[in-house]
Amino acid sequence: MDNTVVSTGTEEKTWGGGNKPLKASYGKMMMWFFIVSDALTFSGFLAAYGFSRFKFIDSWPIADEVFTHVPFFHGNYPMIYVAFMTFVLIMSSVTMVLAVDAGHQMKKAKVTFYMFLTIIGGLIFVGSQAWEWATFIKGDYGAIQTKGGNILQFVDTDGKRVALRDFAVIDDHKERVQDERKRGLWFTSEGTLPTYTVSEVLNGLEANKDVLVRTQIINEEGEKTVLSREESLRQIKENGIMVVEGANLHVNEYGSPLFADFFFFITGFHGFHVFSGVVINIIIFFNVIIGTYERRKNYEMVEKVGLYWHFVDLVWVFVFTFFYLV
Amino acid sequence: MADHAHKLEILRGLIKFKSNTQKIWGVLILLTIVTAVEVILGIYKPEALMAPFLGMKILNWIFIILTIVKAYYITWDFMHMRDETKSLRRVVVWTAVFLICYLIFILLLEGGYVFDVYEEGFVKTDF
Repeated sequence: MDNTVVSTGTEEKTWGGGNKPLKASYGKMMMWFFIVSDALTFSGFLAAYGFSRFKFIDSWPIADEVFTHVPFFHGNYPMIYVAFMTFVLIMSSVTMVLAVDAGHQMKKAKVTFYMFLTIIGGLIFVGSQAWEWATFIKGDYGAIQTKGGNILQFVDTDGKRVALRDFAVIDDHKERVQDERKRGLWFTSEGTLPTYTVSEVLNGLEANKDVLVRTQIINEEGEKTVLSREESLRQIKENGIMVVEGANLHVNEYGSPLFADFFFFITGFHGFHVFSGVVINIIIFFNVIIGTYERRKNYEMVEKVGLYWHFVDLVWVFVFTFFYLV
Repeated sequence: MADHAHKLEILRGLIKFKSNTQKIWGVLILLTIVTAVEVILGIYKPEALMAPFLGMKILNWIFIILTIVKAYYITWDFMHMRDETKSLRRVVVWTAVFLICYLIFILLLEGGYVFDVYEEGFVKTDF
């Protein structure tokens, strides 16, 4: 390889370019600098989340009550699935370091195997993330939004959540249908209508004496405030204007719409990083198989993508804490 | 890459590993324990840890400290920061830590201020 480089005779001197004070290759150093800038992007998002949360500190949704589902199981399991996802990502980080380590020892078969496991781990994580999103978007209990944009949820007398489907009285003579072009309404559009109308929910609330309204406000015990029976009826009657099921960028049955916006934005941006990490890993995986690095006589490329992959894990550790734990 | 040397001790030399592979598994066990502690605390939320301390619940401080511990081991052992030169380590870590601390400080202070305006001021509109 030395034959291709024109020797200037200054390599040994400090300013001749032959000096490597950081003892790292160009590629590795640039990967580190990219990681610093990307870390600042993510911390910008997380700090913005913190800002909004401090702004609405007395009415922010409680994450334990939002993320309670586990695929294939019914019931209430707060955090279990996110903990599993965290573990999967840490595990795939471990297989990545093992691949890098095997690369240092020039063991091609081992690098291939560990890279493969890393890719599988990444795919499981992205899949889980997609499932999390789908569950979050679909929603669970449903809620009523007030004129002021607050969310009113429903609980029974023991404080357990009650879903709209459990008490709303269906009105068979409902005439409101979704505005669509095929119904002759041009130049106007609206999203899918909720399953129930506000009046159906109100009728259900009047018929079920043990259903109460829960507001967004967090009381001194750190729980959401539950209104009295009269106050519940009054709030829905006077202020309720919209039924909300699930979450999107405009409305959010779990509480403040900002919570959903940040959820989509931060976990989405992170998920995109994982996805691109998987794609890069796949490219490197095939390069390992066809022996590119074997011929190059070093596996530093695996180390560089490894740095990126660990960074994705590092970010998730923070997202996990600030979105799901704190 | 044959001369690639790894520092094989963690926790300031409390635990020493025989090989790099062994160290990786050791760090995995440590990270798993920390995550498990976080999840258990998050599910049970012990009453004693709910008291406020420096503007936040003690439990939240514990979560943040444990997260930084995890971040340290991921960076130092998985990303091999332990084996890099001191100057590279400082260029990366000090820059990021300084800027992030500053950003968090100004944004959280501002968020708290806006909350106070809502709470005590006469602002009725949402901005």
